[in-house]
Amino acid sequence: MDWPALKLSLLLALATTLILVPLAVALARTLSSRQFRGKSFIEALVSLPLVLPPTVLGFYLLEVFGASSTLGQAYHALTGRALVFSFDGLLVASLVFNLPFAVQPVQRAFEAIPRDVRDAAWCCGLTRWQALWRIELPLAWPGVLGAIVLTFAHTLGEFGVVLMVGGNIAGETRTVAIAIYDKVQAFDDHGAAIMSAALVAFSFVSISLIHWLGKRVHRHE
Amino acid sequence: MSDGLRVTLRQSAPISLDAELSCAPGELLALVGPSGSGKSTILRCIAGLHTAIEGEVSCGRDTWFNGGVNNSGVNLPPQARRVGLVFQNYALFPHLSAVENVATALGHLPPALRRERAAELLARVHLQGLEMRRPATLSGGQQQRVAVARALARVLDHESAVLLLDEPFSAVDQVTRRKLQSELVRLRRTLNIPIILVTHDLDEARAMADRITILHRGVTLQNGAPDEVLTRPRDASVARLVQLTNVFEGTVSAPLAPGGKPRLTWHDYTFDIENDNGHVPGSRVCWAIPPRYLLLHQRLRPSHGERENAVTGTLIDCTPLGETTSLSIAIDEEPQRPLTFSIPTHVAVRNALRIGEQVGVSLLAAGIHLMPWEALEERRGD
Repeated sequence: MDWPALKLSLLLALATTLILVPLAVALARTLSSRQFRGKSFIEALVSLPLVLPPTVLGFYLLEVFGASSTLGQAYHALTGRALVFSFDGLLVASLVFNLPFAVQPVQRAFEAIPRDVRDAAWCCGLTRWQALWRIELPLAWPGVLGAIVLTFAHTLGEFGVVLMVGGNIAGETRTVAIAIYDKVQAFDDHGAAIMSAALVAFSFVSISLIHWLGKRVHRHE
Repeated sequence: MSDGLRVTLRQSAPISLDAELSCAPGELLALVGPSGSGKSTILRCIAGLHTAIEGEVSCGRDTWFNGGVNNSGVNLPPQARRVGLVFQNYALFPHLSAVENVATALGHLPPALRRERAAELLARVHLQGLEMRRPATLSGGQQQRVAVARALARVLDHESAVLLLDEPFSAVDQVTRRKLQSELVRLRRTLNIPIILVTHDLDEARAMADRITILHRGVTLQNGAPDEVLTRPRDASVARLVQLTNVFEGTVSAPLAPGGKPRLTWHDYTFDIENDNGHVPGSRVCWAIPPRYLLLHQRLRPSHGERENAVTGTLIDCTPLGETTSLSIAIDEEPQRPLTFSIPTHVAVRNALRIGEQVGVSLLAAGIHLMPWEALEERRGD
């Protein structure tokens, strides 16, 4: 077992989840409740990572983050670190390719709340912020939990984008998924098997959790 | 500035509105109209959930909305309006217990007092013992009571407040509906704020409201006491909306004696009327007669006292509907527009009414109501 790789994977998954899910809640709440110009465009953009090959996503992220790009240079000037082949870059890439996994479950959950219920919260005198915390988020909670589990599990499993943007630097950008690839390349089938089994077990538990939460939502209604 | 709620609203989209209504403290106003006539939109405008293009909404001394021509730019959010709104499907918070649902609307009280107050309100709508139940575990009638208690929580303790009920009885069975209706009638006597009841049920409006406002395609057509609106509609379109089926065209004719009352000519008949409603002899009118002013002549025991405004026609329909029987009588001169009314079923049985036979009917002068002339639509089946 490549413990540093596992630790890195878990750290990346945790950081991605902590940063992305609050942003996703804000974006999903806006997308679910408002009509505005460009809404479909934003929704399409959010879903894009679902269908793009990881290499395409990785290529563009490399272009945008690269040392010669404006963003890469600005980041270097600010932090003294690079955005490609670094944990920072991996994290930003992870935020991007996880967008649909975080936004869509939350958006569906917000959309499932009847308009009358939100209206009733306002008519009860709750401010928008209070209504969000006390009525909407508790009702959308299964969706938020789904987003957390999906984002976490999907980050652990992502391979292509990580390889493109992060490379394969031990302790910096080598995640479990990359480590498995390395082991197989090095004919270490035993090492690959252990780590693969760990990922299978974790993913299975995550997906089961989502299904269980889905059933709970139905019971709620 | 007068007390109570005053509303004027105008807009062209998404649903066209040209509405004016008012409701005094302690008064129950029924806003009646077919589905899609804009009833719910008007309630949403009052609550601040929808903004009309122009108009004014004020309650007591507070202005909640003032937009359009004399634009002072007031448009308070729902949170700043003292509106208790009972939604058609109640819109209870499914993750909160009954008492928490009600307490949510008590934000104006210190947190320590809210629960106790919420329990009191639940007791007031006869839900003692069910405080901790979630909405999904309550029956439809119980859910409606929670919704009423929650709306009351928002408006009690406040002077400039209004209670809005959006078809509050439409989602429960008939037995529960009767019970909830009589409970609301008792409850409203204790409230000194304007109450607006939205309904498409004319009987419900007649039984519960002090005043009725008729709404059609976003336009408030007539406003008055229930009996006034339902038996003396402003024109033939309101008559249609209040389901007066006996509407005909006719001509006002001169009184029998000078100084007497004008009469109404309809085909070969000339009727006495009690109220010419400002229509002078010679003018074409539409006229209506509510079913309760139609008197069936007894065939087996003819009585001369029943000959007021008598007409004769063919019985073309006689349908028993439990305790009452609905009759349609086609007059020879206008067979496509029969007179329709109901009689007690035992009367129909005793008179041995048979379809196709000739029967006599009196049109009581007190019930004949004259309206401005307009071309009547073809009768349609409902």
